[in-house]
Amino acid sequence: MTVVYKAPAPAQSCGPETAERREVLKERGQHEVFCGLTSIMWLHRKMQDAFFLIVGSRTCAHLMQSAAGVMIFAEPRFATAIIDERDLAGMADMNEELDKVVERLLDRRPDIKLLVLVGSCPSEVIKLDLPRAANRLNGAHSPACRVMAYSGSGIETTFTQGEDNFLAALVPDMPAECADAVPSLIVVGALGDVVEDQMMRVFNGLGVGPVRFLPSRSSTTLPPVGPNTRFILAQPWVGTCAQALERRGAKRISAPFPLGEEGSTGWYRAIADSFGVEPARFDAITAPGRERARRAVERYRPVLEGKSVFLFPDSQLEPSLARFLSREMATSIIEVGTPYLNREVVGAELDMMPESVRVSEGQDVDRQIDRVHEDNPDLIVCGMGLGNPFEAEGRSTKWSIEFVFTPIQGYEQAGDLAELVARPLMRRSLLKVGS
Amino acid sequence: MELTVWTYEGPPHVGAIRIANSMEGVHFVLHAPQGDTYADLLFTMIERNKKRPPVTYTTFQARDLSGDTAEIFKAAARDAVARYRPQALLVGASCTAELIQDDPGGLAKALALDVPVVPLEMPSYQKKENWGAAETFYRLVRGFAGGAGKPAVAPEQASCNILGPTSLGFRNRDDIVEVVRIVEALGVRINTVAPMGASPADIARIPEAHFNIVLYPEIADTAARWLKRQFGQEMVTTTPIGVGATRDFIAEVARVAGVEVPADLASEGAERLSWYSRSIDSNYLTGKRVFIFGDATHAVAAARIASEELGFKVCGLGTYSREFARDVREAAQKYGVEPLITDNHLDVEDAIIAAQPELVLGTQMERHAAKRLRVPCAVISSPVHVQDFPARYSPQMGFEGANVIFDSWVHPLMMGLEEHLLQMFRGDFEFHDDAGSSHLGHGHGGAAAKAGETETPADEAREAISTEAAAPAAANAPSWTQDAERELRKIPFFVRGKARRNTESYAAENGLNPITIETLYDAKAHFGR
Repeated sequence: MTVVYKAPAPAQSCGPETAERREVLKERGQHEVFCGLTSIMWLHRKMQDAFFLIVGSRTCAHLMQSAAGVMIFAEPRFATAIIDERDLAGMADMNEELDKVVERLLDRRPDIKLLVLVGSCPSEVIKLDLPRAANRLNGAHSPACRVMAYSGSGIETTFTQGEDNFLAALVPDMPAECADAVPSLIVVGALGDVVEDQMMRVFNGLGVGPVRFLPSRSSTTLPPVGPNTRFILAQPWVGTCAQALERRGAKRISAPFPLGEEGSTGWYRAIADSFGVEPARFDAITAPGRERARRAVERYRPVLEGKSVFLFPDSQLEPSLARFLSREMATSIIEVGTPYLNREVVGAELDMMPESVRVSEGQDVDRQIDRVHEDNPDLIVCGMGLGNPFEAEGRSTKWSIEFVFTPIQGYEQAGDLAELVARPLMRRSLLKVGS
Repeated sequence: MELTVWTYEGPPHVGAIRIANSMEGVHFVLHAPQGDTYADLLFTMIERNKKRPPVTYTTFQARDLSGDTAEIFKAAARDAVARYRPQALLVGASCTAELIQDDPGGLAKALALDVPVVPLEMPSYQKKENWGAAETFYRLVRGFAGGAGKPAVAPEQASCNILGPTSLGFRNRDDIVEVVRIVEALGVRINTVAPMGASPADIARIPEAHFNIVLYPEIADTAARWLKRQFGQEMVTTTPIGVGATRDFIAEVARVAGVEVPADLASEGAERLSWYSRSIDSNYLTGKRVFIFGDATHAVAAARIASEELGFKVCGLGTYSREFARDVREAAQKYGVEPLITDNHLDVEDAIIAAQPELVLGTQMERHAAKRLRVPCAVISSPVHVQDFPARYSPQMGFEGANVIFDSWVHPLMMGLEEHLLQMFRGDFEFHDDAGSSHLGHGHGGAAAKAGETETPADEAREAISTEAAAPAAANAPSWTQDAERELRKIPFFVRGKARRNTESYAAENGLNPITIETLYDAKAHFGR
């Protein structure tokens, strides 16, 4: 089921022509990807007063504990309300059942400030209306605990898209900004705490502000939004949230994503331009960071230079990663797979790479593995279901989930990002055992 | 709808994948939504397999639901057979696919594939992982061993099959090595080990053996019972976990096979648990209160070891395997405890709080509860995580298994000398209740230096937990005088909860209120340690 087609020009694309001309391999078949529920894995740590209650099946619960259960939790911040036969047979009123589950949970955990009902494949297929349930429960439990809902189902979301839906669902709850407020900035997409702090220092240096982050570290400190708000994406997967913010009057600043020296500079520059920062000031503030990032990346270039890289679809970070690897690490990119290609968001990243780079959207994993065997890349960026099997074939892999779990954005992390990619190759040359 | 923090078992299709992944030449086409491929990671990451599990997922998405999902399934099945050329094809549906009712079995039949197809009915909203594995194995055995009548069995040497070991089974890899060694030492020939390592052709040869050893009833009981009815193959059902159980197992295999037990096998020289447990160093283990939870096989075996071989006191015993609840009930009666049959992690946590154990022997899930309650814990059963698929040889079964068990169950307990000194001197800046056991290496003096003198937050948390269980009775619960409270804190943390509970019930029985230092010591004299 492979279709090669010429992408139609997006309605209001302002990118250069290549984004429209580039051939994209569109595939349908087995998708070896996570569902959006997995985003709970980092969201529960980012927003510590929130609790994520999946409404789904035993499969959903099993997914969560298989992924997160290696950590030992004294007080887990996620759980599953498992739908059983009585619910499906209509012998039990599902809404009443859900209310009971929520009551038991909140009794046990009075510290929860935000309860998030997360939709799954089963709850979506049987059309259980979770946003309505959230509304109802809100009536019963607010103001002590707010209740909201979003979908992380596999049929609708791939991996990081779960975060997108969560953030989009938070947008209506964000307070309205005063009409006469000074222009403010919201940075959208979960980032490591240390990355946020570093960014704040740069913004302070540039005189840009007030700056706030979405998601915020607490559910009670959501940033205000209004017509004077500008926002910039820090992660490529938050497209739906961007639209929700635009509906509340906020304006998006387009930029490459802050990976590597070049990406970070492009990202900061777009913000600086939007806020009218003097070029001299911009250079003065960013110069030390740029210099450090270049030096840190330099160390790993000998490992990666000239190596061929094949990226499987996973998080939508792939185009930005490929751009960094191609331009700053001098690798040659064979294929950039992405579960979903949002041209408006990552079109610019693709344009920065040579036309020879193959771009694929969606997946037929068996065929994609066939292509790996044909192309024989030096490094494969892929998920954990494929990593060890490729390694056992004697290939080098970098498991892609780590890019979502590691602070890699901004100048100070450029070296860490390079190291993350170089590590499997360095390890391979280090080990004197195995093949 | 049930609130589930941790689930002891996955859905039934994960059990089916475990069977497919255990075997050679079997491929599984699973009708499932995008994202259900997470199950591959159980095998490639947790078990560190070198190959992708032999599963093709249809990974349908929302936009497919308005179209023809049955067509997606058919294409996937056709492609999988063409690409992997299996000897047998399993087809089934995951929980979401069950809702859209595409009938993979019927669809596969209509495709007229040139391989045998085994359709699986997996009622995801009723059944769970072990059931799914048992059912899949049973369907395969029926399908491949069921065709012909009873084959002629060569009479000269007794032979058996070892049934039950699977991919993702707790220590199954090493258990088989241990069991095969024992069975071969008895002079019994091994016909097949299945499902681990077996092909459909091997399954077809199962009836050629004299009898079956059911190592893991949760997986192989259904199939073995059918084999017994169909071919009259006797079942050996003693699980050789623990020294006593291993001896019983040897005796049972010998009886069923009609062979003598060689003298050197009965008194296995490499078995060290018996001596280690008798050596004076283990004296302090006597009467340690232990709470046991896991699958039925491992829980019952653990209770026997704890009680008869280590001298612990079993203060709680339970299982999540409802199919084998009867075995656990019987065992619980033997140890004088209330059996706990539940798959709800919160109920288990409540039972642990009520039992106030000094050691928890459980699954990966009990490690969460034990961390919250700050009780030492060792893992004895699935579900487990990556650290319980170790590189080193670490069986649970047989005599070497008993050695492994001695080490891993005693390790989390505070060692004897440290335990004594902690009871003698409470205000040490390095060794104190909050520092934890020093041989586990995570104690930090410094900041918590005064912990012994003043009540610390951790102390409060622990006390809160130990009183939590008594909360329902709080209305008429006696109160503590300040002096008695202070005296209670002089009791080391690992028995303090129990002392509090005993004192309170003693006071309630005797109508004493408030509790004084006298009451505390009266209760101690009444109950003993």
